Amino acid sequence: MRYIRPLSIEDAVGQLAGSAGTAAILAGGSDLLVRMKGGFVEPDLIVDIKSIAGLSEIRETAEGFSIGAAVPCAVLGESAALKKAWPGVVEAAKLIGSKQVQGRCTITGNLCNASPAADSVPALVAAGARASIVGPGGRRTIAVASVPTGPGKTSLAKGEIIEAILLDKRAPRSGDAYLRFIPRTEMDIAVVSAGVNLTLDEHGVIKAARVALGAAAPTVLLVEEAAEALIGRKLDEAALERLAKVCFGACRPIDDKRGTIEFRRKVAGVLARRAATSAYARAGGK
Amino acid sequence: MNFDPRYSGRNFTSVGTRPIRPDGVDKVTGRARYGADFNMAGQLVGRVLRSPHAHATIRKIDTSKAEKLPGVKAVITAADLPDLTDGDAAMYDILDNCMARTKALYDGHAVAAVAAVDARTARQALKLIVVDYEVLPHVTDVDEAMKHHAPLINDAIFTEGLEEKPVKPSNVTKRSQFGHGDVHQGFGHADFVVERSFKTEQTHQGYIEPHACVASVSSDGTADLWVCTQGHFVYRQHCAQLLGMEASKLRVTSSEIGGGFGGKTHVWAEPVALALSRKAGRPVKLVMTRDEVFRASGPTSATSIDIRIGARKDGTITAAEATLRYSCGPYAGSWAEIGAMTAFACYKLDNVKTVGYEVLVNRPKTAAYRAPSAPMAAFAVESAVDELAKEIGMDPVEFRIRNAAQEGTRSSYGPVYGPIGIGPTLEAARSHPHMKAPLGPNQGRGMACGFWFNFGGQTCTDLNIGMDGSVSLAVGTVDVGGSRASLSLVAAEELGIAYEHVKAIVADTSSLGYNDMTDGSRGTFSSSMATISAARNAIKILRERAAQMWDISVDDVVWEKGHAVARGEKHGNLGKLSLKEIAAASGKTGGPIAGHSELVADGAGVSFATHICDIEVDPETGATRVIRYTVVQDAGKAVHPTYVEGQYQGGAAQGIGWALNEEYIYGKDGRLQNPGFLDYRIPVCSDLPMIDTQILEIPNPNHPYGVRGVGETSIVPPLAAIANAVSNAAGVRMTHIPMSPPRILAAIEAERGG
Repeated sequence: MRYIRPLSIEDAVGQLAGSAGTAAILAGGSDLLVRMKGGFVEPDLIVDIKSIAGLSEIRETAEGFSIGAAVPCAVLGESAALKKAWPGVVEAAKLIGSKQVQGRCTITGNLCNASPAADSVPALVAAGARASIVGPGGRRTIAVASVPTGPGKTSLAKGEIIEAILLDKRAPRSGDAYLRFIPRTEMDIAVVSAGVNLTLDEHGVIKAARVALGAAAPTVLLVEEAAEALIGRKLDEAALERLAKVCFGACRPIDDKRGTIEFRRKVAGVLARRAATSAYARAGGK
Repeated sequence: MNFDPRYSGRNFTSVGTRPIRPDGVDKVTGRARYGADFNMAGQLVGRVLRSPHAHATIRKIDTSKAEKLPGVKAVITAADLPDLTDGDAAMYDILDNCMARTKALYDGHAVAAVAAVDARTARQALKLIVVDYEVLPHVTDVDEAMKHHAPLINDAIFTEGLEEKPVKPSNVTKRSQFGHGDVHQGFGHADFVVERSFKTEQTHQGYIEPHACVASVSSDGTADLWVCTQGHFVYRQHCAQLLGMEASKLRVTSSEIGGGFGGKTHVWAEPVALALSRKAGRPVKLVMTRDEVFRASGPTSATSIDIRIGARKDGTITAAEATLRYSCGPYAGSWAEIGAMTAFACYKLDNVKTVGYEVLVNRPKTAAYRAPSAPMAAFAVESAVDELAKEIGMDPVEFRIRNAAQEGTRSSYGPVYGPIGIGPTLEAARSHPHMKAPLGPNQGRGMACGFWFNFGGQTCTDLNIGMDGSVSLAVGTVDVGGSRASLSLVAAEELGIAYEHVKAIVADTSSLGYNDMTDGSRGTFSSSMATISAARNAIKILRERAAQMWDISVDDVVWEKGHAVARGEKHGNLGKLSLKEIAAASGKTGGPIAGHSELVADGAGVSFATHICDIEVDPETGATRVIRYTVVQDAGKAVHPTYVEGQYQGGAAQGIGWALNEEYIYGKDGRLQNPGFLDYRIPVCSDLPMIDTQILEIPNPNHPYGVRGVGETSIVPPLAAIANAVSNAAGVRMTHIPMSPPRILAAIEAERGG
């Protein structure tokens, strides 16, 4: 096993692209190291990206925010501007693992681990976040929703690294929220989860909405019909009922050790309703 | 040496105080040595190959490739652990469980092991061992295993305890029955009858420290074993017997223990480590991973229980009946029998009958878990008792008080009770402020009682007085819950010296006589009895030495508050002699001063508890939150009250996890799906409220200080107390443990007709 700590993204990409066996990118290591210790993976090459310039920074730009791939989730919570603009994304990042884990783990790692139950991913998808990717062929930007393609699988090609997650500048009267269900209070994996992102007009009518569900299908689900159920209305009981019903129907969950199909469907609806209520209040809706 | 163990009603100076624990500093600074912290020069890494199948015949094991891998020093299979059990069926089961002989009986069953120069080589070697399995049909559910078409786990087992000798083999190894009176007649007098069936899933003790040991077998046939265990003397016996050694040639030293709760009362890895060391000629360290601990140590039984209880309108129970089916794993056990004994132990019943069935399944061998078998039986009984009180229209506490067992009651399992604490714990619960605390929306309150026998057993201690008057106390019961502090308090009390001058250690198996292990809540009960006895023997010598120093008759010397005092008018002018002064002169008065004690600690007083809890249920998701929790339990005498409270809280915390989320989840393939703390959900700190405790002290007449065991009873009531609270909060009776959110939500929806 070879461990390297490149100082530039180009060097990291080159090393990954040129590697012969299995390669893994190390940021916080909260997935990779656990999997290695458990004997599930034995990579031939580990590329630690924490020393690459810029990757450990959150930058506020004219377009919005750029969150470097090596920024620990705990640091997201320390950015007042990010918290104000995207409270749902930050609360999702701060639900991963435990306090100690949040000091290491990153939202980019959470995305690339491609678990259907990843906490930050539904919130990012609801937020319309994009991933900035560097590879042997140069840079490209894609929707976060296009990164995971199945449990443990991503659309990234050999040699490609996500260098940052991009979030748009916030429109006025916007709010987002993320909720997940776990049987305990912390240190757990989402049984099912919901992220909701709303923008209101000056009368409190929802003019834009995105609803994403986690642990409800092999990959994160962006539920267009759920957004349609909300757009053009205030968040009244009828809208919430419709939202819950649509989410119930949109789920394609499985029965497993963490929950049943029936339970996941019902709770997806409940969480979507509660997250929508919270997002609406954050957007200033009454 | 005539030792009088009877309760004497004395006033205490040291006992009942709360000094700082002697093992605390080392534990919080990381200096304390746990099982995996022992190391030896030249030590190898041991790893175990485990069956991926729930049930399979082992046709052949080819270890040749693994043996050829550079760095591999020994590979063993069952052939390296020949059967020396000489017809002892229980020992044969232990041997077979340590290393499968002809069949793998559960997912995780050990089939081979290697010792190599490092972990990586050992892991590689395991991959090179080829096992030819013939996969057999399996059964993991306790009810399924009892059906006549179920796959047979052992075709040599015929059910014991039936009136007619069975002609066909069965997965039911034994039927047992307890009770008295005539339940049929009793139900005839009942105005109300509640009949319910319950299930509980299998749980693990969840100790944080995995099993770990270092074994070193010398070429002269003697051996050392450093190990994390609840009973090093028992480990020595079992290991020596399985390896064909004399017990005295194997010295076992117990490490600090990061939790056991009954799970470290059996050998699994230790005989394997010794066999590897014997073959390799070098020390071998074997540490189980968490995955191995879950798959292949000893969880508790899964159960299926039917309850029927009848009562008159006035609240008097007229009859009670229970049928209890407990899973044993693939080897015979007596788990349902214990459940059948404890089920109705809290109550005064004229007509009671309990029947237990021990059931084999393709799961790891069941081991003890804190008051083994009692929590499940209490869950079923106390749920039905609550429901019956509701039907009659009585307060559940009042209903229990009316039917509570008392001194002189013939228990449902046979013996007649002496002074007991069930009534007092119920009365304390009734007047506890918790009972009057307001409940919010979606919150429910529940309460339940629990019983545990407590054990005594073989015990010995050495109490050595140094020349400076300080005291070292060597005990043979492993300190799992603070017993070194408690026993130091007892020695200080008896000798009349300060606690700070006593240092207790757990001696190794070559330094002290045989001790039963720390189980059955016996550690402090029995070792304190032996400590008192040893101290009294030392005092006798101290008096003799004082008499010698004064040149008077020993009959004129009494021991008071750490001093020899001369009694009688003619000795009136003699000053007191302190323990320190007598010790300082010991070289000239006959040599070292010590007190020894070897005894069987009989008369462990039975123990009762009543728990109260408030639970909030989210009716839309089935999520639960424990709002408030109170434990009331009889300690006999709390030697170190902080430790007693810790035992009460610990049992409640484990019970909360068991009640709400912990369970072994097996796939259709018979493999365990959640062998880790991520998906085997023990409570984390934020899941628990501060657990309030109330210690009652109803002296045990069979112990000089009135001590009863306190470690186990606290896990008996929680399953039921929480089930009653959840049922009250959700408006639907919960009958399946754990009450995980999907189960609660499904029950709520079913009740709504949804």
